Amino acid sequence: MITLGDYLLVSGILFSIGFAGVMLRRNLIIILMSLELMLNAANLSLVAFSRFRVDPGGLPNYNAQVFVFFIVTVAAAEVAVGLAILVALFRVRQTTDVKDISSLKF
Amino acid sequence: MDSILPWIILLAPLVSAAVITVFTLRWKTLSSAISVVAVLVSFTNSCLIFALSTGAAAEFTWIGIGGILQVPFGLTLDPLSRTMVVLVSGVGAAIHIYSLGYMRNDEGKSRYFAALSLFMFAMLGIVLANNFIMLFMFWELVGFTSYVLIGHWFYRDAAADAANKAFITTRIGDFGFIIGILMVWMATGSVVFAEIAPRMPALASHSTFATAVALLIFCGAVGKSAQLPLHVWLPDAMEGPTPISALIHAATMVAAGVYMLVRVAFVVQTSSTALLIIAWIGTITAAMAALIATQQNDIKRILAYSTISQLGYMIMAVGLASNDAAMFHLFTHAFFKALLFLAAGSILMMLHHEQNIWRMGGLSRRLPITFLTFAVGALALIGCPPFSGFFSKDAILALAYEHNTPIFAVALFTAFLTAFYVIRLLVIVFFGKPRSDIARESHESPAVMTAPLIVLAILATLGGFAFFARKFLALPVEKEVATVVPVLAIIALIAGSGLAITLYRNRASEPVDLELLRHKFYLDEFYRWLIYWTQELLARASAFFDRWIIDVGAVGGTSRGTWSIGALLRLIQVGNLQGYVFLFGLGVVAIIYFAVFR
Repeated sequence: MITLGDYLLVSGILFSIGFAGVMLRRNLIIILMSLELMLNAANLSLVAFSRFRVDPGGLPNYNAQVFVFFIVTVAAAEVAVGLAILVALFRVRQTTDVKDISSLKF
Repeated sequence: MDSILPWIILLAPLVSAAVITVFTLRWKTLSSAISVVAVLVSFTNSCLIFALSTGAAAEFTWIGIGGILQVPFGLTLDPLSRTMVVLVSGVGAAIHIYSLGYMRNDEGKSRYFAALSLFMFAMLGIVLANNFIMLFMFWELVGFTSYVLIGHWFYRDAAADAANKAFITTRIGDFGFIIGILMVWMATGSVVFAEIAPRMPALASHSTFATAVALLIFCGAVGKSAQLPLHVWLPDAMEGPTPISALIHAATMVAAGVYMLVRVAFVVQTSSTALLIIAWIGTITAAMAALIATQQNDIKRILAYSTISQLGYMIMAVGLASNDAAMFHLFTHAFFKALLFLAAGSILMMLHHEQNIWRMGGLSRRLPITFLTFAVGALALIGCPPFSGFFSKDAILALAYEHNTPIFAVALFTAFLTAFYVIRLLVIVFFGKPRSDIARESHESPAVMTAPLIVLAILATLGGFAFFARKFLALPVEKEVATVVPVLAIIALIAGSGLAITLYRNRASEPVDLELLRHKFYLDEFYRWLIYWTQELLARASAFFDRWIIDVGAVGGTSRGTWSIGALLRLIQVGNLQGYVFLFGLGVVAIIYFAVFR
């Protein structure tokens, strides 16, 4: 029997992998992908919560699932914008390494 | 009808001032006519009231704040104020008429007469006020009109400065005055004279408080009546037109201080310490002003110092607790001093405003009427027997002889000095040879100016005789000392006059040179120094505060504080994206930790 805890564990692992990717990888594209991974980790836990919370009528609570749709949509938009910025940045700097993009500082 | 008459006295000049200011500023002759008519209305009504002995006037509430403060707008009509009203409006009328001649061709004639009317209103208000608040209001109004009139020729720096000086100096005294009024109100719960009077004896047991109140009230008189140490404005006030010097700075306004002290004698006399201080201030002022007067060369300044000196006598009498003697001297002084000033004005007018007595001389033949009237005034001033000054000064001297010998000695010495400097003035101005061309070409003034002189001369002669003065005043009762004092006074008088005549006969320049007296005991210099340093220290303190506390502390501190916090915060702006993410993660962990586990 797969319990809510198992889903949350997977979700936590996915999130951690995503966060570690954002923290440790230098390539901006990989960082963006890691971000998506974190978002989907959150989606997984939301869906799990929805599935395991049953209303008195016997049906699951769909609120969280609706929320997931929003996140997916927003994530798609974000990726579009993010990739566009990335392309623009690459045209200027000829690089996608975050180490080289550090001019916004004191 | 009776209760309306006193209001007409008071309001006629106000109406005149208002009409002139609002409507007739352009028509100078009309303005002066309105003003003269107004003062004559006041004068006739005053005489009527005096003859009828009207005792009541309509009264209404002016300020009423529950049971805390009730200020009626009412008039006092007792023998004292009835006499004073006749005196003020009478001298005022004489001076209004004289001004018609003196200010004949003046540019600001309308303004002058408007101010003169306003002054009459204020002065009559002081005389008639029945409570402290009204008194103070009119008191300030008198100060203001005095300022306007001294500065009548405001385009002359000296006149403008003198006006400022007069106003500011008297304000210093008034500051004490209003504190005194507030203390009286605090102690008795009323500002109306008639209500305060019966409540004052209860205060006598708190002697320190009573002394403080009396002295603070006296402060007002020190300013207005030009007593030491606030006398410095009066000689400078002579920059104004001469009729103003006569009206305000000799006969009425400066006497207001004395009148006020007499009016509120019930306050002043609750403290014997205060009385003693008042008496000594009067005495010292009298002597000091007389000493200064012996070395002055400006005819009006000499008269101004003589005024200060005579006011000193009056204050001395107040301090010796004899209101009658003070009022008697005020009464005679008003006549002879107004006379002296108007005569001096007549001389100045004919000499094209040459005020230096060493450029006059031999005027007795050129201006006979002026000379005769001036001589009457001078003899009255020095207390020569048949003239009014003799009687009133004698009354004060007798009083001093009776109560306080040191004061008597100083007063007697002052009488000697008075004789000396007045006869000096008389000898230099009217006898000997003319010392300048203008003195040689001078001639007598027009009748509109000599007529008031003659009237005032008659009054100055008669004013002291008991049969005349008794109608107006309660005369001081003289005791058995009365024989010693006049003899001593006359000896002082003869000594002073004799010395002056021998010293100054046929002189072309000053034979005695006393630096200290000529510079008026360096009081002006001292005040200048005092004000300079007070201002300098205040300015330096403010500059320090501004430069270091405001600029460096508040303004600079804010900017430097913001800058430092910014400098600290930008240390974490490393520009490394992953560094930010790390910090962000730490933040999230911390928030979750505090939100969930705490």
